Amino acid sequence: MQRKQKKTSSYKKPISESRRNFLSTTRNLGLALIGGLTWAAYVDEAKANKLLLRPPGALKESDFLKTCIKCGLCVEACRNRDGNIIYNDKGKRVGTKDPTLLLAKPGDNKPLGTPYFNAREIPCFMCDDIPCAVSCPSGALDIKALINKKTKKPDITKARMGLAVVHKESCIAYWGLQCDACYRACPLLGKALTIDMQMNKRTGKHAFLLPVVHSDHCTGCGLCEHACVVEKAAIFVLPIEYAEGKVGTHYVKGWDKGDQQRVKNAKKIHTIDERSKEKAVDKLNNLGDLLQ
Amino acid sequence: MKHYAYLISRRIVQVVIILLFIAGNYYGWKILAGNLSTSFLFGTIPLSDPYAVLQMFVAGAVISSNLLIGAVIITLFYGVIGGRAFCSWVCPVNIITDAANWTRRKFGFDMIAKKTPISRNTRYWVIAVSFILSYFLGLAAFEFISPISMVHRGLVFGMGFGWAAIVIIYLFDLFVLKNGWCGHICPLGGFYSIIGKFRILKVKHDSEACTACMKCKVVCPENQVLHMIAKESLPVLSGECTNCGRCIDVCDDNALGFFLKIEINKKGEKNNEKNNESIA
Repeated sequence: MQRKQKKTSSYKKPISESRRNFLSTTRNLGLALIGGLTWAAYVDEAKANKLLLRPPGALKESDFLKTCIKCGLCVEACRNRDGNIIYNDKGKRVGTKDPTLLLAKPGDNKPLGTPYFNAREIPCFMCDDIPCAVSCPSGALDIKALINKKTKKPDITKARMGLAVVHKESCIAYWGLQCDACYRACPLLGKALTIDMQMNKRTGKHAFLLPVVHSDHCTGCGLCEHACVVEKAAIFVLPIEYAEGKVGTHYVKGWDKGDQQRVKNAKKIHTIDERSKEKAVDKLNNLGDLLQ
Repeated sequence: MKHYAYLISRRIVQVVIILLFIAGNYYGWKILAGNLSTSFLFGTIPLSDPYAVLQMFVAGAVISSNLLIGAVIITLFYGVIGGRAFCSWVCPVNIITDAANWTRRKFGFDMIAKKTPISRNTRYWVIAVSFILSYFLGLAAFEFISPISMVHRGLVFGMGFGWAAIVIIYLFDLFVLKNGWCGHICPLGGFYSIIGKFRILKVKHDSEACTACMKCKVVCPENQVLHMIAKESLPVLSGECTNCGRCIDVCDDNALGFFLKIEINKKGEKNNEKNNESIA
């Protein structure tokens, strides 16, 4: 009986002001932590999709996500660019074609509100004046990086939106069929995309006309991907970091004087282990047990 | 009609702004191009969401001069003049939450509302969390989930599944929490509450004219700011007032009205001593 009384009394005892403050602050912090962790988990997942093509002049993806304020001015510039506007017979504007650039919306599964394009559907037509990058107020599309140092004007060929990659097995030119659709579509044909002619040993009298992409000129505009005639494009643009391999620094081109400069200050390093502690000649001369 | 003057004006302003943005995209108009995150007025004057710019700064982005100037212009406009006028006169989400509120009142969901443990100060916690996340994730954290940007971008550039955000907010405000999004959670509203503390456009109250009908408190989306109703002739000082003018609309007794702080200080001297005191 006594025990019960004690329990109820402590239960009903009003808590002090300081304890109330402490509890309420703790609860608020806990709720903020729940919200914050959920929020962080969502954003971290949402930004994870990196297989998308950004407009010309885009900073590298992590900086781009930081700097882009998602205003859509690049998309508007793309839609309203010269040559995209449809005029009627009287020269009056009646509409626009669909723009290359899209603003990621819910359901696209891309970082929300950021600009991208789908080259297979509508590629980048590489406008000379680069209206999208010029219109960017935040610097996420860095027009300065696209300025030609000689002419001081925007130079779209400096853009690196991605890099075209050829999947040989689905490219009919590799079958021996005559197709140079991608080559003809390339705005930098002969530089970014060349045709490598090889003998077709199967027929003995025809040539393979093989498309070859050159990464020092390819802007990643995607006109090749758009033009590719097969069902799912055999030549397609990937973000550069996914399209390119990397040799690493320990390979040096012995035939290239420029590359040799990288190792001109290199010092000889001797590593001595069990096998190399003796000179090779001594090892050969020392027949040791073999003679016995 | 008098009872809807500010409501109708707000809807017109909201819709015209949205239409100008849509025309900026589809017709290439230069009056307002971009969206609520950043836009250009007449093709030259940058306007930027200061809260978004602040998050970007915390995330470690290099802030361009356009964004900086745009954010300063908007901060000055709302900080000095309108306070949370953004929320009630510009933000498209306001139309959704007002609709939820209207449904609540019309069908009487208010009658069965339960007391909720969520404080109106939650929005300030959300601001704090957004800055912490922006710092650690290296991007403007709220901009990735903001239903305001989502809805507005949806209207200007194509909705996608953005309609789901509209439905969620509507249902949340209708069934979960009265004034839930705008009045409790939205950090942008919280941000403008903070910078709008010293705005000059405020609502004033004349308690002598007031008949304590409390219609204003029923319609007010931030009714804690109307604590002085029928008690004291105080202006609405809290930054959480959205300057929507709905209280003025519904008042039958001319006990509420907008005033500009600077103007009243001059006139108040000769007009009404009591009013003047309370403002000072």
